[in-house]
Amino acid sequence: MNYIVGAFKPSCNITITFADGRTRKQVPFKKENGKTVMVPLFQSQENIVGEVSIEPFQWKKVEHNGVKIELLGQIEMYSDRGNFYDFTSLVRELEVPGDIYERKSYPFEFSSVEMPYESYSGVNVRLRYVLKVTISRSYVGNMVEYQDFAVQKYTPVPSINNTIKMEVGIEDCLHIEFEYSKSKYHLKDVIVGKIYFLLVRIKIKHMELEIRRRESTGSGPNTHVETETLAKFELMDGVPVRGESIPIRLFLSPYELTPTYRNINNKFNVKYFLNLVLVDEEDRRYFKQQEITVYRLQET
Amino acid sequence: MMSDGGIEDEEKWLAEGIAGLQHNAFYMHRALDSNNLRDALKYSAQMLSELRTSRLSPHKYYELYMRAFDELRKLEMFFKEETKRGCSVIDLYELVQHAGNILPRLYLLCTVGSVYIRSKEAPAKDVLKDLVEMCRGIQHPVRGLFLRSYLSQVSRDKLPDIGSEYEGDADTVMDAVEFVLQNFTEMNKLWVRMQHQGPVREKEKREKERSELRDLVGKNLHVLSQIEGVDLDLYRDTVLPRVLEQVVNCKDEIAQYYLMDCIIQVFPDEYHLQTLETLLGACPQLQPIVDIKTVLSQLMDRLSNYAASSAEVLPEFLQVEAFAKLSNAIGKVIEAQVDMPAFGSIGLYVSLLTFTLRVHPDRLDYVDQVLGACVKKLSGKAKLEDSKGTKQIVALLSAPLEKYNDIGIALKLSNYPRVMDHLDSATNKVMAVVIIQSIMKNNTCISTADKVEALFELIKGLIKDLDGAPADELDEEDFKEEQNSVARLIHMLHNDDPEEMLKIICIVRKHILSGGPKRLAFTVPPLIFSALKLVRRLQGQDGDLDGEEMSATPKKIFQLLHQTIEALLSVPAPELALRLYLQCAEAANDCDIEPVAYEFFTQAFILYEEEVADSKAQVTAIHLIIGTLQRMNVFGVENRDTLTHKATGYSAKLLKKPDQCRAVYACSHLFWVDDQDGIKDGERVLLCLKRALRIANAAQQMANVTRGSNGPVTLFVEILNKYLYFFEKGNAQVTTAAIQGLVELITTEMQSDAKTQDPSADAFFSSTLRYIQFQKQKGGAMGEKYEPIKV
Repeated sequence: MNYIVGAFKPSCNITITFADGRTRKQVPFKKENGKTVMVPLFQSQENIVGEVSIEPFQWKKVEHNGVKIELLGQIEMYSDRGNFYDFTSLVRELEVPGDIYERKSYPFEFSSVEMPYESYSGVNVRLRYVLKVTISRSYVGNMVEYQDFAVQKYTPVPSINNTIKMEVGIEDCLHIEFEYSKSKYHLKDVIVGKIYFLLVRIKIKHMELEIRRRESTGSGPNTHVETETLAKFELMDGVPVRGESIPIRLFLSPYELTPTYRNINNKFNVKYFLNLVLVDEEDRRYFKQQEITVYRLQET
Repeated sequence: MMSDGGIEDEEKWLAEGIAGLQHNAFYMHRALDSNNLRDALKYSAQMLSELRTSRLSPHKYYELYMRAFDELRKLEMFFKEETKRGCSVIDLYELVQHAGNILPRLYLLCTVGSVYIRSKEAPAKDVLKDLVEMCRGIQHPVRGLFLRSYLSQVSRDKLPDIGSEYEGDADTVMDAVEFVLQNFTEMNKLWVRMQHQGPVREKEKREKERSELRDLVGKNLHVLSQIEGVDLDLYRDTVLPRVLEQVVNCKDEIAQYYLMDCIIQVFPDEYHLQTLETLLGACPQLQPIVDIKTVLSQLMDRLSNYAASSAEVLPEFLQVEAFAKLSNAIGKVIEAQVDMPAFGSIGLYVSLLTFTLRVHPDRLDYVDQVLGACVKKLSGKAKLEDSKGTKQIVALLSAPLEKYNDIGIALKLSNYPRVMDHLDSATNKVMAVVIIQSIMKNNTCISTADKVEALFELIKGLIKDLDGAPADELDEEDFKEEQNSVARLIHMLHNDDPEEMLKIICIVRKHILSGGPKRLAFTVPPLIFSALKLVRRLQGQDGDLDGEEMSATPKKIFQLLHQTIEALLSVPAPELALRLYLQCAEAANDCDIEPVAYEFFTQAFILYEEEVADSKAQVTAIHLIIGTLQRMNVFGVENRDTLTHKATGYSAKLLKKPDQCRAVYACSHLFWVDDQDGIKDGERVLLCLKRALRIANAAQQMANVTRGSNGPVTLFVEILNKYLYFFEKGNAQVTTAAIQGLVELITTEMQSDAKTQDPSADAFFSSTLRYIQFQKQKGGAMGEKYEPIKV
């Protein structure tokens, strides 16, 4: 075994480091193998500066046809595994063809990179940013090293943020009016609201508020929609009577939400919904779903 | 509420609940010990999830709740330490709200809330307001009640009360009050809602469960009353109206009754007095079946006690016109609750009356007013048939008697007899007996004719058969008892003024004569004696006032007596009438009115002749006549002769010889009155005695013929004694020889007839002989007199 491994052993070690790697904020990032690692966080228009170091193993030289570093923004559909769609691709040549005998460092810089979308790891789709170093070689395969990093976009506090207020019901059975104080919430926000029972003729056992994420991928007939329930939050226990009003206070911070993504490069959408569910004593469920917009607020 | 299943199942569920709770509590403790906040929250939430059960009755649920409560105290301590270690209490407050299940979440929130208030990082009122608002999420009655009771418990010492360390800037008490009021309102709603959930057939069970939970609701009122800052103004303007609003609006009789009672019990009397109008105003708005009577009674009891506590508070009662308000309120309640049973409304009047008697003992008009209102309520209805109502009326009528210990007061109440009219006849009697007993107990003397008239009007149930009263189902004993008490009552009627007294007697007479034959035997004698007493009093005055216009003369009274006794003839009670005639005759004798005395005697004799048929009764009667006649000294010779002649005649005509004998020798006394100027006719005495001897002889012979033996010699011994009496009194006709002869006769008789020895006769004879012996030996004049007699 060792022999075989040795034969394919890369002849050098490639590391990619960021210039401000020690100070930059790190966020968790789910890799394709499902493991979560911490990766540095960038925003659009930032300079991505760092250094690639190539260190040949002892007594070995690295023959190559050139070294380059690419900054890629990729969308990966799991249904179409292995195929990446690059919406951003920038390249810097680091070395002309030649040999590397000893450890060598190449600084790189991508200035004011336009990174239009946030990193996202969903059920059927993933959007990632990666630095890719390629040592091109003839005869043997290229040597490639990746370094993921995350991108988040901050949104200012929306100037218009209407309440969601709605009266719904089943005729002569159940009439409720609910109210969520806002339609747009940031990730650490809290949903405050109230449910008024205008008419109750069925025996409601309890009521809960769900946060649901709807991820739709593809387009046209190939659209694929995946809905996940991220939160189930019990709002009420017992049978209410007419005239009761039940308060809502749901903190979003414990849940792993992302901002709402609309039409990301025509590839996918991620939307959030509040689903108010009333369950009666025979376990029938009555619900009303309302879309909310989730955004990322600049943390101070 | 609870699914079907027996008590065993419930025990099992409870055991499961406790096990689950302890299991999670164990891990929670571990987390607390290692300062692991995350785990502490996780396990405490899981622990509290046991309280989400719907399978336990309130009673069992309480057990589970108490265990959770203890664990939460530990958790609260931990939270407190956690904040000291630098964890922000605000963060904690948010953190516990991440729990997905609402019930554990809210228990945790209340627990942190308590720490939050204590930290003073936010005004207490804001935290409290948030907590009480959030608790709305629990709409399940039992779980909601316990949760809110937990909230109430943890917040009790943290209300922003005056003087509390949590006191805020302005209007802070108001915040405390608002908080408690809101919690109270919500709890009451939940509690009331229990009634309407679940199947109808379990109604009774639900009501039982509800009553187990009521103190959780009532506790809030207690907390309100404990708030330092709730002064009279705040109570009047905010607390009471808000509480009452809830009480009225919940439209639930269990809650209304309990809460009204609670209000009355927990708040100070002074407040009640000052807010009477508001409090009472709520009463007519309650559900018709609420036991308002008890509620109002409680209130009036408290107020009465308050009034009794110190004389200083009495002006307050007058100032707020407590009586008028209460009276008004009761009227309204009765008006509003059309279906209220009679006993309920009367019960209210009883309470009001009790209140009046305690607070305004001097206001008889109030008392009468209460009775009048009661009459008004009862009017138009037939007599009360239901026993509860009757009992209440009795209570109503008894109260003034007990209070004043004076029937005179009750007699002044114009409505008193009108209330009594509404009693059924049996109870009416009982009440009358009560009245009489009250008079007896207090030794009350009824001294005016008006009062007597009123009194007899009151007790007319005893005096005569009321219309429609079933006559035959009377118990003989009870009847006697009742009539005896009437008889006793008659002796309590007294006035020193003869005129007034005569009036009283006339009134009594008028009433008792309407009583029918059965009663007369009981009621006539006391009346007669009462009248005779008056006669004797007048006799003492010796007719000094005869010249004036006086109706109260002995003559007049005797006429009255005569007519009264005549009434007994219809009973018929000839023996009784006879005795009374004799009593009257004797009284007339003492008054020196011969014709009257003669008349009475005549009546007595007529009775004897015509009505007394029984031989035994005749014996008794003749002895009475003889005894009375003997004492008479008013008669002239002629009259006396007539009467004595009659008496001796009747004596000799008695049926049995021994009776004849005894009566005849008794007659001997009619001719020998041992007074200074009494008649002393020795001859006729001797005639009587001799006649007696003859009869005794005849009796002896009859015995011989019928039984073959001589009868006992007792009669002879008795006659011997009479001889000795007159001998000693100096009747010259009675000689030693006659005595000697009699003694010998008896001795012979006794010896001759040894078989019919009667020890008592022997003893009687020998002691008579001993007496003669003794007199002989005594010496002196008497000794000499006896000397010739040999024994």
